[in-house]
Amino acid sequence: MISRRDFLQTSMAAASIYGASGFGNWSRLAAQQLLTQDRLLEFDTFGNVSLIHVTDIHAQLKPLYFREPEVNIGVGGNKGAVPHVTGADFRRLYGIDDGSPSAYALTCDDFAALGRAYGRVGGLDRVATVVNAIRADRPDALLLDGGDTWHGSYTCYQTEGQDMVNVMNALKPDAMTFHWEFTLGADRVAEIVEGLPFAALGQNIFDAEWDEPAELFPPYKFFERGGVKIAVIGQAFPYMPIANPGWMFPEYSFGIRDERMQEMVDEVRAEGAELVVCLSHNGFDVDKQMAGKVTGIDVILSGHTHDALPEPVLVGETIIIASGSNGKFVSRVDLDVRDGRMMGFRHKLIPIFSDVIASDAPMTALIDEQRAPYLDAMSEVIGRTAEDQTLYRRGNFNGTWDDLICDALLSEREAEIALSPGVRWGPSILPGQDITREDIWNVTSMTYPQAYRTGMTGEFLHVVLEDVADNLFNPDPYYQQGGDMVRTGGLGYRIDVTKPQGERITEMTLLKTGELIDPARTYQVAGWASVNEGTEGPPIWDVVEAHIAKQGTISLNPNTSVTVAGT
Amino acid sequence: MEFTRRNALAVGAGALVLAGLPIRGFAKGEEEIAAFTGGADLGEGGIELTAPEIAENGNTVPIEVSAEGATEIMVLAMGNPTPPVATFKFGKLAASQQASTRIRLAGTQEVVAIAKMADGSFAKASKTVKVTIGGCGG
Repeated sequence: MISRRDFLQTSMAAASIYGASGFGNWSRLAAQQLLTQDRLLEFDTFGNVSLIHVTDIHAQLKPLYFREPEVNIGVGGNKGAVPHVTGADFRRLYGIDDGSPSAYALTCDDFAALGRAYGRVGGLDRVATVVNAIRADRPDALLLDGGDTWHGSYTCYQTEGQDMVNVMNALKPDAMTFHWEFTLGADRVAEIVEGLPFAALGQNIFDAEWDEPAELFPPYKFFERGGVKIAVIGQAFPYMPIANPGWMFPEYSFGIRDERMQEMVDEVRAEGAELVVCLSHNGFDVDKQMAGKVTGIDVILSGHTHDALPEPVLVGETIIIASGSNGKFVSRVDLDVRDGRMMGFRHKLIPIFSDVIASDAPMTALIDEQRAPYLDAMSEVIGRTAEDQTLYRRGNFNGTWDDLICDALLSEREAEIALSPGVRWGPSILPGQDITREDIWNVTSMTYPQAYRTGMTGEFLHVVLEDVADNLFNPDPYYQQGGDMVRTGGLGYRIDVTKPQGERITEMTLLKTGELIDPARTYQVAGWASVNEGTEGPPIWDVVEAHIAKQGTISLNPNTSVTVAGT
Repeated sequence: MEFTRRNALAVGAGALVLAGLPIRGFAKGEEEIAAFTGGADLGEGGIELTAPEIAENGNTVPIEVSAEGATEIMVLAMGNPTPPVATFKFGKLAASQQASTRIRLAGTQEVVAIAKMADGSFAKASKTVKVTIGGCGG
């Protein structure tokens, strides 16, 4: 494991070897608190290759608020290591001042106040401005999309991803890899991918029947940029058929397949690649572990776990870049590649402050064109947040959006216990802000939205919680799936993250009565996003909308139902 | 006397010969391994077992074993009601000592492969394959 101090020392050593490094820009920018477009984009073009990384956009075309997590626990070798550092610790680690633009962009504290001061973030028309500016510096920069692009909004659902395909095509990426895209169904994915004007990569996307690489998704693609032969290898989300409904894409098999990753790296090196870039949807800890096992990757552009890191993490000779989510950040990585190897790098995580970075007019027009047919339906105001109520999702155990969704499930579905999936997408809502139908869809949109109601024994509920907890807290990152803990409504519990599966969850309590959960009793449970085929129930967005409409103004009680030990 | 696992295996193998009947009290699968190896030491290395970290479908998990120079490779799913899955035998003319198949796993467990080499030595590889009920990924 690499501490901040080790990392700086390593990078200083690397700097003396390589000649230059990109460190220091971030904290200077933060210290000066200058928030202008020029300042945000300022970058001394370096070396001969530029990479632009966007990932986990989740179909967010327009500017939004997005609160970073307060609780993000690392286990095993990753305890206390980035990205498992939040709040004040994160600011201290990177030398970020409280209340600064960087504090607002990267940490959770004072979110509502800073949100009012600094405004919204993201918006693909602002992202287009940034991409165009980098291309003005370096016309042949590679733009790489880490996936989770064609999922997560009202318009994306209604158009089966076409809105995002149209907008991203205008941004002209060079390659992409995948995760939630597959929940559009295998046929729709094939239909889109066959027409994509850029590479759809995934060395770990296999034909399930024959256990052979899937023809539609090549493992890698070569690019000649700045006189350098670059290989970009794709790595799709390894656990799609487990974390998402496999029955929607039964033709495909995934997995980490790091042995094959090594084969691919060796293959592209043998064919003359001077720079090997892995465009990954593994999640950060998995990428870190993979970087330690597979040799010869220069840069991993990491996605899936939605981490935004202002400096690369170094594992051996591989740098790992994490670029956030929901269109909130763009990473620029300049590389000096000479004599067949990476000699140095300079990196910047660019926060997309929507009020500071100008929108690109043609892109705004294109985005509005996608939205126009749905604008009336989407912009209907359903309710409002109270003056002290922020709605957000990120956090290992709960978020206020999910508290609200669980409340909606309990009351609308007349259940004793509610379960809501621990996904990490979905923008935030500030206090005193209207909640529109679009806002509700932004945190619920998916192709398997049925809000089920079913009986579950206390014993089975325990199995469910233990199963999900192991996906998050297994000390071996290769067994982690990258989501957060399933959110519970009406049910409290204690979790010791250091225990093995089966022993982490204790003191499960039915909050309504304060009684311990009886393993033998059957409880009425409502939930959504079941991966099982044939799940029945109304779509979750209807359930949440009905609940919010009845409430009018949303004010939630603080959630104290989960006690966490072992951190 | 300290009763180590190795002693247990040796005693067990001896008892098997004497009694000619399976012994109760072994961890499941150990008995079959002892029968396959005759209680010999199991080396590490020289055998590769490829299996997913998390099974996409516990009913049909693709695995692959290879061990250069092996005459036989035994595969066991240690947590299944009946652990032995298959034993692959390679003749002298086999171009490679490698095999792949799909196995059914009753739950999260250790998959074990043991190769019998031409010189009579044994090598073992194992991997934990997790079988989950699935859920919600970021």
